[in-house]
Amino acid sequence: MKITEQEVRYVAGLAHLQLTDQEIARMARDLGDILTHIEKLNELDTSGAAPMAQVLYDAPETATLREDQPGGTLANADALANAPLSGAGQFKVPKIIER
Amino acid sequence: MATVAPPLATPEQIAKYEPVIGLEVHVQLGTRTKIFCSCPNEFGAAPNTNVCPVCLGMPGALPVLNKEAVELAMQASLALHCEVRNTSIFARKNYFYPDLPKGYQISQYDRPVAEHGWVEIELADGTKKRIGVTRLHMEDDAGKNTHDGYRDSDSYSYVDLNRCGSPLAEIVSEPDMRSSEEAFQYLTELKLAMQFTGVSNCDMEKGNLRCDANVSVRLKGAEKFGTKAEIKNLNSFRFLRQAIDYEIARQVGVLESGGKVVQETRLYNPDIDETLSMRSKEEAHDYRYFPEPDLVPLQISDEWLARVKAGMTELPAERRKRFVEEYGLREYDAQVLTATRELAEYYEEAARVSGDPKLAANWVTGDLAGMLKAEGKEIEDSRVSAARLGELAGLIAKGELTGKLAKEILPKMWESGDAPRAIMEREGLKAMSDTGEIEKIIEQVIAGNPKQVEQYKGGKTSVIQFFVGQVMKATRGQANPATVTEVLKQKLG
Repeated sequence: MKITEQEVRYVAGLAHLQLTDQEIARMARDLGDILTHIEKLNELDTSGAAPMAQVLYDAPETATLREDQPGGTLANADALANAPLSGAGQFKVPKIIER
Repeated sequence: MATVAPPLATPEQIAKYEPVIGLEVHVQLGTRTKIFCSCPNEFGAAPNTNVCPVCLGMPGALPVLNKEAVELAMQASLALHCEVRNTSIFARKNYFYPDLPKGYQISQYDRPVAEHGWVEIELADGTKKRIGVTRLHMEDDAGKNTHDGYRDSDSYSYVDLNRCGSPLAEIVSEPDMRSSEEAFQYLTELKLAMQFTGVSNCDMEKGNLRCDANVSVRLKGAEKFGTKAEIKNLNSFRFLRQAIDYEIARQVGVLESGGKVVQETRLYNPDIDETLSMRSKEEAHDYRYFPEPDLVPLQISDEWLARVKAGMTELPAERRKRFVEEYGLREYDAQVLTATRELAEYYEEAARVSGDPKLAANWVTGDLAGMLKAEGKEIEDSRVSAARLGELAGLIAKGELTGKLAKEILPKMWESGDAPRAIMEREGLKAMSDTGEIEKIIEQVIAGNPKQVEQYKGGKTSVIQFFVGQVMKATRGQANPATVTEVLKQKLG
């Protein structure tokens, strides 16, 4: 399956990635190759199989539910430890201009 | 390149059009913990203290779904008469914003937890109308950005992620509403249903209930919908009405000036009572939904659903109907007494204790409501308990108290917190049951007012009210006015 450079630019924009023209050409080629490889799956007849995004198992109720019991939280200093900028107990980010 | 917006439409112009309105409502589910992690789900904690690697979006942290959040979403779905799906799927909604550290919201897309419901509203003329509920889905909330108030707010925004990961139900209506009033009624009923079932407090000030509206207009009689605008930030019932009315006038104004309504997102600004275009970039709407790989499909068995349904409290509409049928209340009183779940429960307790539900209703909606209002209190803060008010109504029903005496006693109950009987005994207040004594007082009153007796005998029967008043005064309100009137008629006969 072929991916156009225009499609690469669009997806890169959504992902907030800035790519050079060179990188865009390479991405278009690489992504195209990957999709072509995945396309092989289309050779199988999956008309009788339900779409599967996870490993499904047969259970009447979802097994992985959590009881509504409070657990541990991070201390404020730990929560902010990785933040490049913080103040007043909060993360600081460059001023957000309303979307 | 600023273009001058066309003027708002006149009422005559608006009258030619029919508005079409749909609402998207976010309800915060009242769980103890967040939807995908065990951080407390609470309002008002110090910033970034109810956070953990999961809600901070740390790499490798995995979400685990909160069972209570699912059950509350099931209750919300049932309260809105939706069909709950046996299998629903969580999906990632991808976008970048500082209040969303994961870079995606975990929501539901093509297979939400519930679909095809309705909410019944009452129109101004008393007829009922059903507003369709398209779907209800679960998702996690984002954090909170603060853009002002810090000395470096010119350069920075502050981000608190305590709210990030709070459980939400998003409820999407059909475009079935035709006026801001209908939208108001719909949101009112929806809020009541959520409060009665205990799904959410729906405290709008705390952001427990948030609302966006899709608004379009079309010429009356036209079949095709007009182009819609989505209005955000309708975070009070008053704003909802104002913003929709403004938007209708704006769109009709555009069309009447020969223009076209543009599909866009607009933000309501309550300070100037206008909606303003948010001019978002086109691709901002490409959320690239895909199934959430970290959560298996949510399976809800029929047994589980039945269990949740069996444990649900009665819905406001059902309760209203029961109040009319079981207690013989008027529609209006039933409506007033189901304004909140707390009020309905207070009333039922008072009615049960009193043994006279109609009388209890009068006291809850009358004197007690007046006292609450005077102090700016809600029923849950009442200083007279439901049982005590029921006792008071019961004493009237049994003839031990007159209404007049009860009116004197209730404020004393409010002040002291004492039982009505204790106050009666302390103050020597009780209905006079000894008819002999009442007769004696009546005879004294008749003897003392010969002029009025003359008038009565001369055919001016309305003067009997004067005598009743005098007797009530002489007995300090302890005589039953009905008995007094009867005895007076005999004596004056």
